[in-house]
Amino acid sequence: MKVQSRKPFEAIVGTENIKYSQAQLLAYSYDATANFQAKPDLVLSPRNSEEISEIVKICAKEQIPLVSRGSGTNLAAGTVPSQGGIILLFNKMNRILELDENNLTITVQPGVITQDINAYVEQKGLFYPPDPSSMKISTIGGNVSENSGGLRGLKYGVTKDYVRALTFVLPDGEIMKVGGKLAKDVAGYDLLSLLVGSEGTLGIITEITLKLIPLPASKMTGVAYFNSLEDAAKTVSAIISQKIIPATLEFMDKGTINAVEDFMSMGLPREAEAMLLMEQDGDPEQVERDIQQMIAIAKMEGATSTALASSIEEAELLKAGRRAALSALARKRPTTILEDATVPRSEIAKMVRAIQEIAEKYKVQINTFGHAGDGNLHPTCLTDVRDAEEMHRVEQAFEEIFLAAIELGGTITGEHGVGEMKAPYLEWKIGKSGIELMKHIKQSIDPGNIMNPGKVFAKETKMRLVIRGGH
Amino acid sequence: MQESFKEHVSEDHLMDCMKCGFCLPACPTYLITDQDETHSPRGRIALMKAMRDGDVVWDGSVEDAFDVCLGCRACEPACPAGVQYGSLIEETRVAIQQVKPQHVVAKSVRKATFDGVFADQGKMTGTVKLVQLYQKSGLQKATRKIGFLNLFPPFMQEMESVLPAIETKKKRTFSAKPKTTRVAFFTGCLMDTLFQETNKRTIELLEWLGADVQIPAEQQCCGALHGHSGELEKGLRNARKNLDVFDSDDFDYIVNNAGGCGAFLTEYENHLKEDSQYAEKAAQFSRKMIDISSLFVKLGMNARLKEMKSEAHSIVTYQDSCHLRNVNKVILEPRSLLMDAPGFEYKELIDASSCCGSAGIYNLLQPEMAKRILDLKMKGVKELQPAKIVTSNPGCLMQMNVGIKREKLEHEMQAVHIVDFLYEAIQKQS
Ligand SMILES: Cc1cc2nc3c(=O)[nH]c(=O)nc-3n(C[C@H](O)[C@H](O)[C@H](O)COP(=O)(O)OP(=O)(O)OC[C@H]3O[C@@H](n4cnc5c(N)ncnc54)[C@H](O)[C@@H]3O)c2cc1C
Ligand code: SF4
Ligand code: SF4
Repeated sequence: MKVQSRKPFEAIVGTENIKYSQAQLLAYSYDATANFQAKPDLVLSPRNSEEISEIVKICAKEQIPLVSRGSGTNLAAGTVPSQGGIILLFNKMNRILELDENNLTITVQPGVITQDINAYVEQKGLFYPPDPSSMKISTIGGNVSENSGGLRGLKYGVTKDYVRALTFVLPDGEIMKVGGKLAKDVAGYDLLSLLVGSEGTLGIITEITLKLIPLPASKMTGVAYFNSLEDAAKTVSAIISQKIIPATLEFMDKGTINAVEDFMSMGLPREAEAMLLMEQDGDPEQVERDIQQMIAIAKMEGATSTALASSIEEAELLKAGRRAALSALARKRPTTILEDATVPRSEIAKMVRAIQEIAEKYKVQINTFGHAGDGNLHPTCLTDVRDAEEMHRVEQAFEEIFLAAIELGGTITGEHGVGEMKAPYLEWKIGKSGIELMKHIKQSIDPGNIMNPGKVFAKETKMRLVIRGGH
Repeated sequence: MQESFKEHVSEDHLMDCMKCGFCLPACPTYLITDQDETHSPRGRIALMKAMRDGDVVWDGSVEDAFDVCLGCRACEPACPAGVQYGSLIEETRVAIQQVKPQHVVAKSVRKATFDGVFADQGKMTGTVKLVQLYQKSGLQKATRKIGFLNLFPPFMQEMESVLPAIETKKKRTFSAKPKTTRVAFFTGCLMDTLFQETNKRTIELLEWLGADVQIPAEQQCCGALHGHSGELEKGLRNARKNLDVFDSDDFDYIVNNAGGCGAFLTEYENHLKEDSQYAEKAAQFSRKMIDISSLFVKLGMNARLKEMKSEAHSIVTYQDSCHLRNVNKVILEPRSLLMDAPGFEYKELIDASSCCGSAGIYNLLQPEMAKRILDLKMKGVKELQPAKIVTSNPGCLMQMNVGIKREKLEHEMQAVHIVDFLYEAIQKQS
C-alpha cells in the first residue's frame, strides 16, 4: 500500500521532520548490504513514543509498511523498504536519558550512537561491553534490534545480555514497557528477549535500559602472526581449552591483513597468512598472566611472530584495523558481500578450511576474518554484481558455506541478523516448525504485517538440493 | 542530465563505495543536518549512481544534495574502502555544469570568480587595487555607514568586514642564512593580493632558514576554485600555464602557503596524466610541491624555535585546512611548529579537523549551511579561549575571523595565517 497523503504525518511530526523529495527518498533506499535497494514513500523523524504511536495507528489503518532505521549499517538488507512505505528515523531521538549509578543502568533513546554510550559510561568508571565493529556509526536501537555482537563477545556476551528494559510501540499503536532495572524477573514469557533481535518486525523500540558493569582495571593487547590458517585456528581452540576466556580473540586472513594495511599503513606483516588479535582485561596480574599464556600457546602452535602492544594507542590502532577489515576489503573488487557463518569454537579450524575449499571449488575470491573466539566468522566475497555468471557462482559458494556451518553445529548468522538477504536460508537453521512458530508469533502481534514486511520470513526457502546436486 | 553523468562520472569510482557508512561521522554536512543521508558522502554517492542509472531525474532536491557538499574531503581518509570522493564530486560538478545554467546569484558570483578575478593575475591585482582604494579613501567606512553592503547577501557583508588591511610598507626584519635550498614560490592569487604581507613574510622566513626563493613570473591562479565547481577545463587551462612557468630543474621545491591551492596543485599530476604534452611536467611539479609548514619543518625551523623558547603567555590553537589535511595529509607539521613557537602554549581545538565552512566560495553560495557549520566550530573555540587561532589557508582565515566577529570576541582573540603567527612570534624574540 502506498502512502496516500503525507498531511496527517506532517501534522504529527511537524514539517521539519518529514522528508519526501526525490533525493531524500533515494538516500534512504539502501543500507550497507550489497545489491538491495528500494525507495520508501516517506521518511519521518518522530520525536517521542507518542508521535510514533500516532504514526503507527495511521499505518495500521491504511496498511502502510513501516521500516525502522538506525544508521543503516546492517548487512542483511534489514532497512531496505522493499515494499515501499515509511522509513522511521531516530535522529531526533538520540538522547541519553539517565545514568543510574545505584542500579548500574543507563537509559537511552534508540538513536544514540553506540560508541557514545561506551565513551559516556567509561568516563564514569563503568563499562558497556558490546562493541560491534560498526559502533562509531551504528545506533543502539539497531544494535538491540539485531542483537549485535562485537569484539568483546567471547567474554562479555552480546547485546541481549545487557538489555534490561525496553519501551516499544506495538503494531496497533499501543505503547508498552517490558523489563525493568531489576536484576531478576521471571514473570511470564520473556517478552524482552523476544523483542531483542526482532529486526523491527514486532515493534518499534523507543527507549532502552542497559545493564552496566564496572570498568575492568586494566587491559593488555597482543598479536600473533601465522604461516597457515590452520595454526591460527588451532591456537584459538587451544586457548579456550586451557580455560582462558580472553576479552577479545579476533582473526584475519592474509587478504584481510593486506587490505587493512592498504588503508591504515600500520605495519602489519603483509606476508603472514593469518593473524590473531588477543586482548585480556581485568585485574592487572591476571591480565598479564593470561596474555603471556596466550602468546606462549600461539608460539607453541606455530606462530611465526608475536608481540604485545606497548601503549593504549597501539592497542587501539590494532583494534581499529580489525574493525575496518570489511570496508578495507572492499578495495579489491567492485562488490563486497559479507557473510556471518558461525560455528562452535571447537570447529573453527574445520570451518576455515571448508571456506577455503568452497572458494576454490567455485573459483570465487573469499577472504575471511571474524570473531574467532566465539566461532563467528565473516567469509567475505569480493566480486562484481555486473558479472551475472560470477554472481551465480558466488551464490552457490555461499549456500555451501551456510550448509557447512550448519553441519558443524553452527548457524547462518551470528550477529548480523536475517533481514531480507538471509531470509531464504532461515529454515535451514531452525527447521519448518521453527519457521511456523515464528510466523505465528509475528502474525498474532502484527496481523496486518506492517512492521518491516518481507524481512526474516522469505516467500520461499532456498532449495538445499541446488548446491548438493549442482542443479 | 543523465547522459552527462554517464559521460563524466566514473562508474568504477562509484562502485568502490560499499555503503558501509564509515564516512558518516567524518562528514560535517551530515552531522549538521541531524544525520541526513542526503547530505552524507554515502548518500551523495548513491545519488550520483542513481543519476547515472536513471533511478532519479534531475531536480532541485538532487541539485541541493550536491551543492551542500563542502568538498572538504574529510570523508576520504575516513573511508576504508578507498573511495575517491574528491574525484567523484569534481566529476559530478562537471557533469552538472555541462548541462545546467546557473541560478542568478550563483551565476554572478561564479562569473565574477571564474571569468573575472580568478582568471588571471592581472585582473586580480586590479581588484585588489580597488579594494585598497576602497579601504584607504574612507569609502570603506562610508559604505558601511550608508548600508550599501546590504545589497549583497549577508555573508558577503561579513566577509567584507574581515578583509585584511592591505599594507604597502616594506621592511626586512630577519637576516638571511647562506642559501642551501632552491625554492620556487607559488604565490597564490588571494595570497598575493589581499594577503601580500603574508607572502612577503613567507619569503623572509624561508630566506632566514637558508632558502633561495624565486617567484616565477606570470604564474596563474591554481585553478582549484574552478575545478571544485565544475569548471575543470578552465582550471586546467590555468594548470598548464603554471606548469610552463614552473618547468625548471633549478628548484628543489615548489612551495605554497594556501592549503586549498596546495591540494589542487598536487593533483595536477592526476588531472593531466592523459595529456601527452603535460603529463611528465605535471608529475614533476606535483612531486616538488610542498606546503609552507612542511618546508619550514624540513628547513629546520623547529630547532631554531626551540632555541628561543620562552615562557607561554597565552594559548595558540590550530584550525586545519581541510585540503591540507585530508588530501595532502599534512597534519603534524603545522602543529609541531606551534608547539615549539616561543611565547605560546599549544592546545588542540575541539574538532580541529572538521571544516570551518569556508570551503572555497561555499560560504557565498550556501550561506545558511556555512553559518551553522561555523557556529559549531565557534563552540569549540569559546570553550578553549585561545589568543590565536592559526590557519593555513586564506579562506579559513577569513572565515574564522567572521566567526570571531560574530561572537564579539575580536578583543580577545585573532585568527592568523601560520606564516604571520610564526613571523610575529619570532620577531618578538629577536
Ligand atoms: C563495517 C561493518 C562492521 C560491522 N560489524 C559488526 C559487528 O562486529 N557485530 C555486529 O553484530 N554487527 C556488525 N555490523 C552490522 C551492523 O552494524 C549492526 O547490525 C548494527 O547493530 C546496526 O545498527 P544500525 O543503527 O545501523 O541499524 P540499522 O541497520 O539501521 O537497522 C538494523 C535493524 O534494526 C531495526 N531497527 C533499527 N532501529 C530500530 C528501533 N528503534 N526499533 C525497532 N527496530 C529497529 C531495523 O529495522 C533493522 O532491521 C557491521 C556492519 C558494518 C557495515
Ligand atoms: S564512501 Fe567509503 S566509508 Fe563511505 S559508505 Fe562508501 S565505502 Fe563506506
Ligand atoms: S567532501 Fe566533506 S562535506 Fe562533502 S561528503 Fe565529503 S565529508 Fe561531507
